[in-house]
Amino acid sequence: MCLAVPMQVIITDGETLVAEIDGVKRPASLMMLGEPVTVGDYVLIHAGFAIGKLDEDEALETLALMRECLEKGRKE
Amino acid sequence: MDYADEFRNREIVRGLAARIARLAASLEKPLTFMEVCGTHTMSIYQYGLRSLLPPEVKLISGPGCPVCVTPVGYVDRAVAYARRPGTILATFGDMLRVPGSFSSLMEERARGADVRIVYSTLDAVALAAKHPDRQVVFLGVGFETTAPTIAGSILTAARQDLKNYFVVAAHKTIPVPMQVLSSDPDLGIDGYLCPAHVSTVIGGDAYRFLAEEHGVPCVVTGFEPADILQGLAMLVAQKVECRSTVEIQYRRFVTREGNRQAQKLLAEVFTPTDSAWRGIGVIPESGLAIAEKYAAFDAEKTLPVTVEEPQEATGCLCGEVLKGKAAPCDCPLFGTACTPEEPVGACMVSSEGSCAAAYKYGE
Repeated sequence: MCLAVPMQVIITDGETLVAEIDGVKRPASLMMLGEPVTVGDYVLIHAGFAIGKLDEDEALETLALMRECLEKGRKE
Repeated sequence: MDYADEFRNREIVRGLAARIARLAASLEKPLTFMEVCGTHTMSIYQYGLRSLLPPEVKLISGPGCPVCVTPVGYVDRAVAYARRPGTILATFGDMLRVPGSFSSLMEERARGADVRIVYSTLDAVALAAKHPDRQVVFLGVGFETTAPTIAGSILTAARQDLKNYFVVAAHKTIPVPMQVLSSDPDLGIDGYLCPAHVSTVIGGDAYRFLAEEHGVPCVVTGFEPADILQGLAMLVAQKVECRSTVEIQYRRFVTREGNRQAQKLLAEVFTPTDSAWRGIGVIPESGLAIAEKYAAFDAEKTLPVTVEEPQEATGCLCGEVLKGKAAPCDCPLFGTACTPEEPVGACMVSSEGSCAAAYKYGE
């Protein structure tokens, strides 16, 4: 039930937005999000509400850590 | 952004599994970790992640599916509202097939009740605006991820001055039951994979009391296979290093403090209350009731219905499965009397239930 999908913002008026993933478009309310979003941002959409905004730097850092772990394993 | 593919990358997943095995090699005793999120449960079965873990690391499923932990009595109440003349019962789809003591919402709909599945709580508010002569009753089930969307619907209905929108509130909050389970010596939980999207709202700090006062390591983890294995590797590392803290693996969407705006919505509309969990019983301060200020939207206060004493299905082990004390295949009904087509217990109904996941993807 807590399923939420990361989608990219394609339209926003500050109160609502339309987000898209793989060609699927969904409207969502911004009532639950305390930070501004702009077109191009990735947001988590849960049951018609944006609940979080992707921190791209953190995503890249997590992936870098995972790859580092892979490299370490290879060396051992 | 094509992160999703990267977090499912086979090589990365294998690398993380190997790290867990390397770390586990230095353990003095085997470890049991629990995941408390239905989406984790589903992902773990779907990707067969248990088969990648060394024998020293055991993963059990907890009460992470909101539909599954909702007691039978609540379903009976929902059925009573569906039967109430003039009512439109609005719900998220996963409540439809959950069996009550004598009926389900699906059966009621087949008998002519007006039961509508909505995608968003705001769709239910729109129904109320469209049908001023009817009462729209929404089933407020869910954890901290979903509860703010119900708070948002009540605030929207209040702003629109709607007098015919009501919520049957049964929201639950996850950290307190985690503390209850971790103090159960039979379970011997060594750490938690904390739910991802609940934590988007409540933040990593919500688990600090568990890690710091009760000594149970917590890692907030994402849903992709690489996320889950990395979360497990972080848990094993904490045990190896004799640490107990809250760490966030899912940092791309979760912060220490969480979503303040969503927390504000919760605090405005709800007030903490004792709540009954299927299989566990009543846990103090583990639910959210509608605050007095918004009592006009509280279905139980403004549109009372009579409900008989609930009856649990005999032989169903849902309660034990939800506590992590039984695996789905331990239940005598699993796969025979209880299947996703003809479910007996809620754990087989919701796609996030342990039994449904085990049935679909195999043990």
